[in-house]
Amino acid sequence: MTVLRTSEHSLRLRPRALLAGLAILIVAAICGLLLLSTGDYPMSPSAALRAVTGSGTPADAYIVQELRAPRVVTALLAGAALALAGAVFQALVRNPLGSPDVLGFTQGSATGALIAIVVAGGGSVAVAGGALAGGAVTGAVIYLLAVRHGSHGFRLVLVGIGVAAILTGVNGYLLTRAEITDASRAVLWLTGSLDGRGWDDALPLLAALVLTAPAVLFGCSRGLRMLELGDDAATAAGVAVGRLRLALLAAAVLLCAFAAAAAGPVAFVALTAPQVARRLTGDPGPNLLPSLLTGAALMAAADLAAQRLVPGRDLPVGVLTGVLGGAYLIWLLAAGRRRMA
Amino acid sequence: MPSRPSARPAVLLASAALLAVAIALSLAVGARPLTLPEVWSGLVDPQAAAFTVVREMRLPRTLLGLAVGAALGLAGGVMQALTRNPLADPGLLGINAGASAAVVSAIAFLGVGSLDGYVWFAFAGAAAVAVGVWAVGGGRSATPGRLALAGAAVNAVLFAYVSAVQLIDSASLEMMRFWTVGSLAAASPSSAARIAPFIAVGLILVAALARPLNALALGDDAARALGARPAAVRVLSIVAITLLCGAATAACGPIVFVGLMVPHLVRPLTGPDLRWLLACSALLAPLILLSADVLGRVLARPGEVQVGIVTAVAGGAFFVYAVRRTRAVAA
Repeated sequence: MTVLRTSEHSLRLRPRALLAGLAILIVAAICGLLLLSTGDYPMSPSAALRAVTGSGTPADAYIVQELRAPRVVTALLAGAALALAGAVFQALVRNPLGSPDVLGFTQGSATGALIAIVVAGGGSVAVAGGALAGGAVTGAVIYLLAVRHGSHGFRLVLVGIGVAAILTGVNGYLLTRAEITDASRAVLWLTGSLDGRGWDDALPLLAALVLTAPAVLFGCSRGLRMLELGDDAATAAGVAVGRLRLALLAAAVLLCAFAAAAAGPVAFVALTAPQVARRLTGDPGPNLLPSLLTGAALMAAADLAAQRLVPGRDLPVGVLTGVLGGAYLIWLLAAGRRRMA
Repeated sequence: MPSRPSARPAVLLASAALLAVAIALSLAVGARPLTLPEVWSGLVDPQAAAFTVVREMRLPRTLLGLAVGAALGLAGGVMQALTRNPLADPGLLGINAGASAAVVSAIAFLGVGSLDGYVWFAFAGAAAVAVGVWAVGGGRSATPGRLALAGAAVNAVLFAYVSAVQLIDSASLEMMRFWTVGSLAAASPSSAARIAPFIAVGLILVAALARPLNALALGDDAARALGARPAAVRVLSIVAITLLCGAATAACGPIVFVGLMVPHLVRPLTGPDLRWLLACSALLAPLILLSADVLGRVLARPGEVQVGIVTAVAGGAFFVYAVRRTRAVAA
């Protein structure tokens, strides 16, 4: 481990973590480039790069800048936001299963979006707004039910499971109330899809990520590491535990809700990315930045596979992450059992 | 929880009386409300105006509710005893979702369209998930929380799978979106009769298992000393749970939390003796299911809220309450 020091700050650099981060970045870049250059109108990777910078042919420039780039950017940003939120949740509840999928935030966003689709009949802006509001309200409810009364860790997860079950029921009801065209639109949204995403979807997410990610990465990283040692130890080390927990929860809920607003509640990215990052870096800590990068790469890779896996059929990205993440989740539980035995 | 053994018959009788009231309400309440005399004449007199409504629609629905409610309540009681887990529930642990994923696959890929056809898929799915969650959640060393978590994980995976299938095959979406929320509304005059044999076998198994499960609560060694065979009891319990949950889910879709709530409500009244606990659960669970169904019909007149949604919302709140109250949930 190398430590860089100035008079005020010190930065610990672990060669393996740096290498892992670099490798993840390269994977994300390759997936992004493939997404930009392949499709119904294939072009060479260098032509795609020229189109990004604006020096290519007008046709290439239109396809890349207006059609493909927003989708790639939305994928990378949504993956990054979900993964960062997942890493924060997992550190907060000290459990690898503490993800927004399990805790009910995803279902809350879905409820908001479904209300927008089914009851209000709104367009994409209303759906995004509904998802945001639903996620935020669910976050507040879970905070009031569990966190504020000193229930964190396992009990928070179980309260989340209960809330998720209630919301799943509500979502099912909303689906049965919908016209069939609205219903299939709603199911597509519920699965999580990047199809037809434009700059309008990418930019709010970018703003949310730019506003919250640095605060979480640099402002709370140390406190989160302390929190993993237990509340008492963290308090002794000078961390304002209650305030930190509230701030982190709010940031994570916000990130999830914005990601859901842009791409729908893509399943399991928040759950798997921090776990993959942890195994790559070999660092047991919160791994916030590596998780963020892994999430972006994971989402780009999943979208690439979803678009190209079945020829002529553009699967929603959520189907792929759902199946892969689900298999991984069950493996995680089974492996945890072997460790316990 | 202290309870006077002398009070148990009274609890049983009171449950039966309340259930009778719920049955009467389930026959009388709906888009077209009926008075009790009208219900009676509709039941017995083919010339009565209410005959079609009562005999063709509400009676099958009520009978199905009785059968499914009893099945879910008993399955919940057996699961809580078997796993020594106050949070066990056929819906929460993913068993109903397993049955429903298997049924959805049968509808979408194999073109199976009738209850007789897909009840077998429901059994297969329920059995696979019952064994899977048990194994993933830690087998006999499982804590209540770990098992609930394994169930939530399996639920999430199966939910993703079911929505993917619905998305790929939009024709089956129209058929399945009503079924996957859990509803009694599609009951035909024969649907209760079709699942009755399976539920009856499950019922007999549970009746035979009550005493050995009581012994098992004392630990395996004590159970053996009392003449029970722990391994056989566990296998038969899983068979009973599969039959009950599979049949219930095949008939009316996945319904959550009935199996969780009922044993919790009954236990303070009867004490931990499973013979009484299960008998009262078999009466109280249909009471809750029918009440939820009646409530669903009243809430959104002239339409209705599916019973699975009413139980999910009410039961989810109860679950959060139970989690906050129970001490022994942490892993």
